Amino acid sequence: MPNTINIILVLLLPFISFLLLGLLGKKYFSRTAGIVGTLLLLIATVLAMHTAYEYYFVYGKIEGLYHSFVPLQFQWLKFTHSVSIDMGLIIDSISVMMLVVVTFISLMVHIYSLGYMKGDPRFSTYYAFLGLFTFSMLGLVLAANIFQMYIFWELVGVSSFLLIGYYYEKPSAVAASKKAFIVTRFADFGFLIGILVLSYYGDTLNFATLIERLTAPESNEFKLAVSSTFLGMSALTWGALLVFMGGAGKSAMFPLHIWLPDAMEGPTPVSALIHAATMVVAGVYLVARLFPVFALSTPVVLEGIGWVGAVSAVIAAIIACTQTDIKRVLAYSTMSQIGFMMFAMGVSNYGGEEGLGYTASLFHLFTHALFKALLFLGAGSVIHFVHSNEMSNMGGLRKLMPITHLTFLLACLAIAGMPPLAGFFSKEEILLAAYQHNKIVFGIALLTSGLTAFYMFRLYFSIFWNKPYEGHSAHHGEGGWTMMLPLLLLAAGAVFAGFIPFGSYVSSDGLILPTAFHVTFSIAPVLIGLAGIFIAMVFYKKSTTHPNKIAATINGVYQAAYHKFYVDELYLFITKKILFNLIGKPFAWLDKTVIDGIVNQTATVTQSIAEGIKKMQSGKVQSYAIYFLMGVIALAVLFIYIW
Amino acid sequence: MMEPGLYHILFISTALFFIGMYGFFTRRNLITMLMSIELILNSVNLNFIAFNKYVWAGKMDGLFFTLFIIAIAAAEAAVGIAIIINLYRSHQSIDVASAEELKY
Repeated sequence: MPNTINIILVLLLPFISFLLLGLLGKKYFSRTAGIVGTLLLLIATVLAMHTAYEYYFVYGKIEGLYHSFVPLQFQWLKFTHSVSIDMGLIIDSISVMMLVVVTFISLMVHIYSLGYMKGDPRFSTYYAFLGLFTFSMLGLVLAANIFQMYIFWELVGVSSFLLIGYYYEKPSAVAASKKAFIVTRFADFGFLIGILVLSYYGDTLNFATLIERLTAPESNEFKLAVSSTFLGMSALTWGALLVFMGGAGKSAMFPLHIWLPDAMEGPTPVSALIHAATMVVAGVYLVARLFPVFALSTPVVLEGIGWVGAVSAVIAAIIACTQTDIKRVLAYSTMSQIGFMMFAMGVSNYGGEEGLGYTASLFHLFTHALFKALLFLGAGSVIHFVHSNEMSNMGGLRKLMPITHLTFLLACLAIAGMPPLAGFFSKEEILLAAYQHNKIVFGIALLTSGLTAFYMFRLYFSIFWNKPYEGHSAHHGEGGWTMMLPLLLLAAGAVFAGFIPFGSYVSSDGLILPTAFHVTFSIAPVLIGLAGIFIAMVFYKKSTTHPNKIAATINGVYQAAYHKFYVDELYLFITKKILFNLIGKPFAWLDKTVIDGIVNQTATVTQSIAEGIKKMQSGKVQSYAIYFLMGVIALAVLFIYIW
Repeated sequence: MMEPGLYHILFISTALFFIGMYGFFTRRNLITMLMSIELILNSVNLNFIAFNKYVWAGKMDGLFFTLFIIAIAAAEAAVGIAIIINLYRSHQSIDVASAEELKY
């Protein structure tokens, strides 16, 4: 049985860190906030790993099947006799996997920030926010019902908002945090409606009951949800679609991805934690959590998820090839990799061999968290060193930053899918799943993995080779051990995580999924990846004119990709030109003239009447007495003669 | 000699009332105005007494009411004079026309 106290502690320790540092940090922990936060999280990480170990190896598997446990459940808000919002913790194979990922990456970021954020005037606030984020993300992962998940989902959004806007003196950071919050809120609006639809027809909010009812074709709830239709789609389909909309917003899927590149305004370790490894995969986690509903009851939506993922993956990869800000390249790379996870979900089915995509998706989530956090932290070191985000200010850094160089190279190889690094195994599984189910998606995925290799090595060569480094000499080196230790640990993860037989731990139906390894199948993706790396090497290892020439020949495409396919402009056009002009302005006019007009007119009339009669109040006592007398006489006449 | 009846008394009380009213509206001196009010009150008292005596001879309501009014009028005169004294202190005058700040 799960150790409830441990799990509660894993959840609460980051929250304690948040409260302690948020309330008392400025006064008592202005120097030591980092150490306090890191130590608390270290305990949480150890407990999370212990929980995972116990789940996978001690009690989780009963007769070859991974069970789901709810060690804690209590009623929080009761609406009617059947509907109530509970708070609970769920322990199953995906939630413990995420526990390990979130706490581990968060710990790495905590340690890294000790060096990276040293001397920041709001040091304790930064660690308080990190604690809040970790708490919210763990709560999201452990949520036993969909509404609780929504609460933590929003909390995650808030902490993301706070951390993107951490440098609030910068207008661009403020704009970026606002944009991230508004775009994800817009998506969460769909999520909330989806929750309401699903819970209305399922008559419960608990994941387990909800899945059980909505996947059983003979249950009353299922029949009702399928038979009620709206605009040609059943209520169930709508619910699943809207829930996915929330996931797509959080996971930066096309076309709700526009906030993610801008979110890079936050401190780099934050980008590593929130916008690469943990929060942005919440959408994938959500799909995984409700996977039986998607796979068994609404295959249409699942197919849509697959296409959204594939389109996002390829678009992001193309844009990433043209960006010059290293964090933006990584942001688009993140979006592309999450696209991989999404379409892996999309091409999967429920149960057995057919569920390969599900396992592959979560496997990729796991390995991606490691090597993408590594890439971001490496980029952080580079930015720390050259004080710039622009590729053109870098180059030739390999001698000056040997550890960063080595770990960054490993991460690039991992993300490019080179054997035997972590990314190779997870990406192979995804490609295999895609190949078995949807050849077009497979083609897109193959193209995207080639592009991935190209843009990652474009980044790598531009930072570490290209031209000799011309900036200031390295008087502070590449960072202390606090910054190098996370790089090395994550690099170890990026190298060895692929050897974990992931199918034995996580599968769509809880049974062990034997992941056979097909050498012949792997040839094509690896060759394509190598080709990408080779082209990048030719273009960027030395400072050449090839990239400019190529860009000039396909100028139109290049410009479109450089401007991110004008999606931002499209949004601005829709909001500013259409929504503001056609809807906002008429309503503003109505409000200002008609509604305000009525109120103002009432006031004006009252005032002019008062202006007319106020002279009666002359201050002369005797004239008041006259009025009084006349009133009495009038009343007397009224009562005596008229009434 | 003619015995005075209800009508005579009512006539006197009406006369007193209007004399008081006249004084109240025409005099500017606050003390005189206060005295006019006393006249009005006393005309009411007379009415009560007269109706009590001639219409409901067996009852005491009119008498009691009159006593009440006299008591209240005494209190009212005390308050009124206190106000007038204060007004005099601040305005150096007890002319009602000089105290008309309290207006629109």
